[in-house]
Amino acid sequence: MVTAVTSMGRSGLYDWLMQRISAVVLLAYFVFVGLVLLGGVDYASWKSLYSQTWMRIFSLMALLSLGVHAWVGIWGVLTDYLTERLMGKTGNVLRFVFQMACGLTMFTYLVWGIQILWGY
Amino acid sequence: MLQVSLYRYNPETDQEPWMQDVEVDTGGKDLMVLDVLELVKGKDPSMAFRRSCREGVCGSDGLNMNGKNGLACITPLSETVKNNKLVVRPLPGLPVVRDLVVDMTMFYTQYEKVQPYLQNNNPAPAIERLQTPEEREKLDGLYECILCACCSTSCPSFWWNPDRFIGPAGLLQSYRFLADSRDTATEERLSKLDDPFSVFRCHGIQNCVNVCPKGLNPTRAIGHIRNMLLSRAV
Ligand code: SF4
Ligand code: SF4
Repeated sequence: MVTAVTSMGRSGLYDWLMQRISAVVLLAYFVFVGLVLLGGVDYASWKSLYSQTWMRIFSLMALLSLGVHAWVGIWGVLTDYLTERLMGKTGNVLRFVFQMACGLTMFTYLVWGIQILWGY
Repeated sequence: MLQVSLYRYNPETDQEPWMQDVEVDTGGKDLMVLDVLELVKGKDPSMAFRRSCREGVCGSDGLNMNGKNGLACITPLSETVKNNKLVVRPLPGLPVVRDLVVDMTMFYTQYEKVQPYLQNNNPAPAIERLQTPEEREKLDGLYECILCACCSTSCPSFWWNPDRFIGPAGLLQSYRFLADSRDTATEERLSKLDDPFSVFRCHGIQNCVNVCPKGLNPTRAIGHIRNMLLSRAV
């Protein structure tokens, strides 16, 4: 069995499932937000929508899903193109750096998102 | 005259691969690509390619013709030639041994990994292990594979990770034994496939389906394997 320490759950099935589930959450969220926007919003209604607990939970779920989805996706792309096979040891270093940068970005978005959701 | 462009590489004399342009007189006939290669070889015996049965059964002349993988012996010019031009290259992604001949080791190593043989630890019956017609039917579309490698070498996931992704050909054979009612090693087989590479590198691009000269559908087989992994895990 091929191991992969930087993948999401180290099982292909787990990663695959997480990616599908997070995709469904993201789709639901963006469709919902899209519909709300189409219906027309002003500051007051937007603020009251986002002050509902369920909307905050829904938004947090979407944010977490974005992180999971991005991690699995980026990991897939990086392990295709930045590899030891293609560029020697440099590949491993580059891949790790990119993966960490992506992880840090996602983590920042998450914390920042929580701050926005519960901060105002 | 048909304009033919051929990938040439002789590791003993060439620094790097080059394209040889030749004109071939097809006599106005709709020849197979293999016939054209034979005509070229008649004039230039140094040209190397693999062939054997010349009727799409042995799977040895898998080549890339005008950008698409296929068997040279059953690909008529009318199907592949556009603007009177034919470009023939070796199967992509595998190391070239010489001219159109590739080293298939990586492909066979992946095939070997799926243990492509029947495993059954029940005592052998007196005559043979029987299957119902329905059980046998499940193997249709799986057993016909001739291991030509057209599919795996057209799969981007196999190009980037040929050492870790089993590839469409190997996975089709993997499912051939997972689906066989006489095989009892299903659990062991599945547990070897659950990592992020062996099966899950398939992104469903379906290049494999697009090129299989036998009309097989590796993507569907891969989907079946994924479902087996899923239903055993949830
Ligand atoms: S599945 Fe089709 S293309 Fe792939 S090796 Fe078998 S016969 Fe060739
Ligand atoms: S469907 Fe899967 S196996 Fe077939 S070419 Fe695409 S990635 Fe490769």
